[in-house]
Amino acid sequence: MSSWPILSLITFLPLVGALFCLVVNGPKEAVDRNCRSVALLTSLVTFLISILLWVRFDPTKAGFQFEENLAWVPALNIGYHVGIDGISLFFVLLATLLTPICILASWESVKVRVKEYMVAFLVLETFMVGMFCALDLALFYIFFEGVLIPMFLIIGVWGGKRRVYAAFKFFLYTLLGSVLMLLAIIAIYWHVGTTDLPTAMEKLDLPFTWQCWLWLAFFASFSVKVPMWPVHTWLPDAHVEAPTAGSVILAGVLLKMGGYGFLRYSIPLMPEATQYFAPLVFGLSIVAVIYTSLVALVQEDMKKLIAYSSVAHMGFVTIGAFVMNMQGVQGSIFQMLSHGIVSAALFLCVGVVYDRMHTREIAAYGGLVHRMPRYAFTFLFFTLASVGLPGLSGFVGEFLVLLGAFKANTWVAFLAATGLILGAAYALWLYRKIVFGELTKDSLKGILDMNKREIAVFLPLVLLTLWMGIHPNSFLDPMAPAVDKLIGDYQAALKLARTAALVP
Amino acid sequence: MILGLESWVLARPEIFLAAATGLLLIYGVVRGEVATPFVSVVTSLVLLVTAVLLFMPYREGTAFASLFIVDRLTTTMKALVLVGSAIAILMSRAYFERVKAWRFEYPLLVALATLGMMLMISANDLMSLYVGLELQSLALYVIAAFQRDSVRSTEAGVKYFVLGSVASGMLLFGASLIYGFCGGTAFVQISRALLDGRGAEIGTTIGLVFVVAGLAFKVSAVPFHMWTPDVYEGAPTPVTALFAVAPKIAAMSLLVSVLMGPFKPLFGQWQQIIVVASVLSMALGAFAALRQQNIKRLMAYSSIGNVGYVLLGLASGSVKGIEAVVFYLAIYLVMTLGVFATILMMKRRDVMLENVSDLAGLARSQPMMAFAMLIFMFSLAGIPPLAGFWGKLYIFIAAVEANLYIPAVLGVLASVVASYYYLRIVKVMYFDEPAEALDRPVFGINRAVALAAAFLVAVFSLVPQPLSLIAAAAAKGLFS
Repeated sequence: MSSWPILSLITFLPLVGALFCLVVNGPKEAVDRNCRSVALLTSLVTFLISILLWVRFDPTKAGFQFEENLAWVPALNIGYHVGIDGISLFFVLLATLLTPICILASWESVKVRVKEYMVAFLVLETFMVGMFCALDLALFYIFFEGVLIPMFLIIGVWGGKRRVYAAFKFFLYTLLGSVLMLLAIIAIYWHVGTTDLPTAMEKLDLPFTWQCWLWLAFFASFSVKVPMWPVHTWLPDAHVEAPTAGSVILAGVLLKMGGYGFLRYSIPLMPEATQYFAPLVFGLSIVAVIYTSLVALVQEDMKKLIAYSSVAHMGFVTIGAFVMNMQGVQGSIFQMLSHGIVSAALFLCVGVVYDRMHTREIAAYGGLVHRMPRYAFTFLFFTLASVGLPGLSGFVGEFLVLLGAFKANTWVAFLAATGLILGAAYALWLYRKIVFGELTKDSLKGILDMNKREIAVFLPLVLLTLWMGIHPNSFLDPMAPAVDKLIGDYQAALKLARTAALVP
Repeated sequence: MILGLESWVLARPEIFLAAATGLLLIYGVVRGEVATPFVSVVTSLVLLVTAVLLFMPYREGTAFASLFIVDRLTTTMKALVLVGSAIAILMSRAYFERVKAWRFEYPLLVALATLGMMLMISANDLMSLYVGLELQSLALYVIAAFQRDSVRSTEAGVKYFVLGSVASGMLLFGASLIYGFCGGTAFVQISRALLDGRGAEIGTTIGLVFVVAGLAFKVSAVPFHMWTPDVYEGAPTPVTALFAVAPKIAAMSLLVSVLMGPFKPLFGQWQQIIVVASVLSMALGAFAALRQQNIKRLMAYSSIGNVGYVLLGLASGSVKGIEAVVFYLAIYLVMTLGVFATILMMKRRDVMLENVSDLAGLARSQPMMAFAMLIFMFSLAGIPPLAGFWGKLYIFIAAVEANLYIPAVLGVLASVVASYYYLRIVKVMYFDEPAEALDRPVFGINRAVALAAAFLVAVFSLVPQPLSLIAAAAAKGLFS
């Protein structure tokens, strides 16, 4: 379709920027300034090119587009195979959108080791985009795991007080899940003789017990990443200790890697096991939705509260992904995109006041509306989007997921819906505590409202949230054929397995 | 002539090395201490020239009445060993000069040990195996204790000698049992005896167990690893760097050619031993290193863990498995040399440091050095996309193909545990507040080695294909 490798360009352009940052030398102020500009410029250009993806994407096709397929390690039959379909398109865009926003958001808050910080973010962008584009299991794994290195450094170097603990917990937790997935990938490689994903989807025909083992291995990795209850405990720690931009990327993109992994790998490669284990996923997701919402209600730290709300929202995502009908899966993807923007924006909101007061304790705030009207509006906007106010993006995803879940299992839908109520409770409670009330604390009396740079950070997110809420079809339509094909293949595989079981 | 010209041609790298070492020894003795810088540089060159001789022209075959064999696998392994030794000699000068132990005997002993390693690798008979092994070991015992006025170094040497002798004794005992039951010491004779059933008796198996135990000692696989941490910690750092690479690779190559060669028919017997040793090594390497403060000791446990992964490749007993072994060892060589080059640069006010905590804040005082170390650490932990990941991937592919699922699962779990202590070093360098800054490294050989190694790791990460082709060719040599 396209004559030049646009996906590789998007993937590796940030790396070029990172290399450029690495060689910048001179007095500290100049280096810092140059690195910031280079990083912002690179990520913006990357974002603009990725817009081109959307423009040139053919929304009627179900298969992969912009494919590039090169032999990378022929000795192991590992290829550099990338391509996107309707499912991955928007995740790529999400990653390329959030990176410049993160860089802009840390413009002033990151003062030490700016060069390394920008390099880490650009490398992270390469890995994230590569992961969403990869169509080769080994390539996918490399990007999936590679993300850990820059993220580990971002949390550990620029994080809060308990950053070392949080960084290690994040790294080891995720690694433990991932290595099991590596073995599963090797097992698939052994069965099919290649790690190429489309080939594997076509040829892989595993016996049921094998499917179950491999499914569990993939599950170990993705469920930690999502994160699902009970392996979510790394998330609050990582969020709280990470710098603002780190939290934004973590909530905005890294959590999506788990949900995306389910849709791209677990479901198509192991359909029977998916059906077998779906009740398990539902159970864990419902616990996540209800339990973590309750936990969020009693948090004293703003970031921790939002972190727990992320777990709850991601519970909807996993429910939607595994009900395996059109509404459910589309809702799940939409919910991920919406959460990627809304929770990222909420973390940025926390960052705004944190930069001024250097505390995240809810009790330290109150009455901000008197001093910061613009901030109060922005925060309210995203709080309501997170709660699921119709007309904003959060509503569409949750509604579709519940609709899909209702079709599949009424109880799942019923219990998940309670999460909406609890979600409204903790989000509004947080908002009331921080923004409303009398401005009594002396420390807050001199606080300044958002400046131009901060408005520039939030503006695209506000517009996008409105767009997604008002006209969701511009997002749902391109993904429809791919989702349709996913579900069709899944049903066909199940049917085949049933007929095979009937034949003695 | 019984020993035709062909034999001499095949063994010409070894002969060249032996002759050159002899001449340099004479030169050193005549000129005395002043000859040391010259001898050391020339010895490194000689080792590199020997490596070139391996390939120009490349020949295969057996020599000296089948005592000696040359094929792709042995040649590749010898090249790795020679490069490792040559660089280890270059890396040692600054250290030994500081402790006033810079003598011309040191490079020559390394060269002799390397000669022994080459003989081991090419051994095609239990006799030549033993001779090569002893030549190597005796030279290594001496250089472990080379820093004579240091108690730790002397202790390391003695410990290595005593335990090493026990291992050699076991190996010799096993070899004699095998000789008794199979009726010969040549690998072809043993192989023939096992294949036609004459030698497939319990005695041979017991002999094999002893031989494997002796070799397991040399590669420091659990449960024969006890000497490793003490010797690594006690020996002078450049010697530790040598120990961590050259003898390991040589002994591993020997283990491969013995087990996959004459004892291939007993695969079912030795596979269990190797699997157990592999899993235990991976586990011990991971857990025991968690609390180490001394970075040399930590690297000792790390090397035990790495040996565990290599053994897992061997245990699969397939072409893929041997490929994995060669691939892993090549990457291990580069990473380890890089790490030790960095350790050799750790000094403050001209005092050598060995503790992990001394690296605190290195990322700020010396970003380049810290960055190189960061690459080595993530690579050793096997985090993609770094080269160490490809090594582990190879190993696990081989293990899964050989149905070694449980060891593979235990292996990846051990790698998660092990990643903790590699991360700890990154943490100390990048997260901790800077301690008093380390001395700026003068532009020296260690800096060059560290940077070159980091660069190579990066290259292998992106382009693993050439290395995997070399590994594939080497492995095929064993199976042709």
